[in-house]
Amino acid sequence: MIGDRVATDEGGRVSRSTGPGLDTGTSRPPRPTKAAGAARRRLAAVGWGVFGIVLLVVLWEGYKLLAPADGVLIGETRVLPRTTDLAMPHVWDMIGRLGEPVTRSPSAQALWLVVLLAALTTLGIAAAGWLVGVVVGVGLALVMQRWRLAEWGLLPWIVLSQTVPLIAFAPIVKSWGSRVEIGSFEWQDWMSVALIASYLAFFPIAIGALKGLQSPDRIHEELMQTYAAGYWATLAKLRFPAAVPYLLPALRLGAANAVIGAVVAEVSTGLQGGIGRLLIQFAGQASGDPAKAWGPIFGAIVLGLVAAGSVALLGAILKNYRRTEEAA
Amino acid sequence: MSAPENAAAPDNAAAPETPATAAAATAAATAAPTAVEVTAVDKVFETRGGQVHALEGIDLTVAAGEFVSLIGPSGCGKSTLMRLIADLDAPTAGAITVFGKTPAQARLDQEYGIAFQQAGLLPWRTVAANVALPLELHGAASADRKAKVEQLLDMVGLADFADRYPDQLSGGMQQRVAIARSLAEQPRLLLMDEPFGALDEMTREKMQSDLVRISAETGAAVVFVTHSIPEAVFLSDRVVVMSPRPGRIREIVPMRLGSAAGSAVGVAQATTVPSTGGAARAARTDGLREDRSFFEMVTAVREALHGAPVTTGARGVETR
Repeated sequence: MIGDRVATDEGGRVSRSTGPGLDTGTSRPPRPTKAAGAARRRLAAVGWGVFGIVLLVVLWEGYKLLAPADGVLIGETRVLPRTTDLAMPHVWDMIGRLGEPVTRSPSAQALWLVVLLAALTTLGIAAAGWLVGVVVGVGLALVMQRWRLAEWGLLPWIVLSQTVPLIAFAPIVKSWGSRVEIGSFEWQDWMSVALIASYLAFFPIAIGALKGLQSPDRIHEELMQTYAAGYWATLAKLRFPAAVPYLLPALRLGAANAVIGAVVAEVSTGLQGGIGRLLIQFAGQASGDPAKAWGPIFGAIVLGLVAAGSVALLGAILKNYRRTEEAA
Repeated sequence: MSAPENAAAPDNAAAPETPATAAAATAAATAAPTAVEVTAVDKVFETRGGQVHALEGIDLTVAAGEFVSLIGPSGCGKSTLMRLIADLDAPTAGAITVFGKTPAQARLDQEYGIAFQQAGLLPWRTVAANVALPLELHGAASADRKAKVEQLLDMVGLADFADRYPDQLSGGMQQRVAIARSLAEQPRLLLMDEPFGALDEMTREKMQSDLVRISAETGAAVVFVTHSIPEAVFLSDRVVVMSPRPGRIREIVPMRLGSAAGSAVGVAQATTVPSTGGAARAARTDGLREDRSFFEMVTAVREALHGAPVTTGARGVETR
């Protein structure tokens, strides 16, 4: 969800910004109006973003105000939630709670700071998992692109790997990890979490990279052949550049998956210090302090936005490799 | 395609004796000026529906600096023949040599440049970077590359567009970039597979004139696949007329164009040596398209294509 919204925002902005880019160097006079147009579009993008958030707040508070306290029931089944302060705290309560200390202890830090630190911890673990996922995913794609037989043999297993429920093997990974000890290297608990995150991240990357590496037209492949370019030269000059439009969405999916994987793995392996643990812990206190439980949820949302946004940044840097994408 | 060709033995083996090979090649080029020699070539494709005889008993010699067009209806194997010369496919039987080498060796030595119907530019590279691609792949120094690219873009009249991207160019301009790219390694042989096929008529005629000028400037031999009779007549020293199923050479029609040659048509009929000089080719201007000899040659090629004298139909009109 979170990743998707960023994707459309970012995609829309990039394709719209091609207008001024196209005419670099030729049409000097109309430049100022184009720049003004770009600024106006950027303003509009921000405006729509703010509008979306305001709409969400209005829906939340409107429902809370108008719907019955016991929610909406059809027969015995509740189809819409209760509107009590316990179930749906006011928006301002949730935001206000972020500024207050976590506990009543005088040395307690503010909730927002605790959430932020936990989110950063999880982000670090997810990033490590994402990087492992990139290496493994691209590596598998390279092998599958090179040898048809490898594609036939590996692809079903790669798809199958994602059907294994994450919470089933998270404790197994943890217990395996605790037995790994190579010289002075000792397996840390966070590494188990990163490994599980990478397990979710590698899948879209492997599929996307394979599709991308296979994407060059026959004419381009033959052209490289006529240049007597070898495998590695073809890879560097043709396959990887051609794969960029396929890789970027795959990397973004991978980033979102890594965050989800890290949060879920933190919960199921019981790792302390991350946002996953905080979610469970504060949810347990929700009956006494309902607004507090929402703190880590906001943290997780920001985490997802940052993860997806970082990949979007990568896409902006590689924009020349996405010209076909924009033309289409 | 995926074979690691850089690592292939011929490259390394040839490296120590490069001066000798180069000298031999130069000697061969001056002594026996043959760009392409095709001898008794058959090509059979195995398909699910059985064997398809794409080419049968093809014999063809292209002299150095000569412009030869392959023309014929769809399925006559003209593109296949060009692909065999380019070592993008291997013949089922017979032999092909390119400047006295096997096609594979000629490809590794970059003896030919190639252009297809689609320009096939890499969309993420600028015009200059696209032209530089073959030079880059063969490890040319950056300064040399820059100078060479500048010169090539000048030649195709796109010097002002060096920093543009392919999607900012028209089809004709893209094709000119592709031609510049095919000339990057200064090949002695140009292989062109309907390079102007996707262009409109006006752009096409302009490109034909450009190609005449460029091939005269570079002195390269050209094997040009087309299905347009006027195009083949305007460009070529000889037109190879092919027939389909199985692909065979029906007739090779030598072209005599220009006012001097035109008046001599009939007299020079016995002379079999094709005019290969750059000067002769440079004399092909747009005025030629309205010359009497041009229409005579169009008729000659058309009759060869249809296998009988054509009595009706407007002259000089393309039959595609």
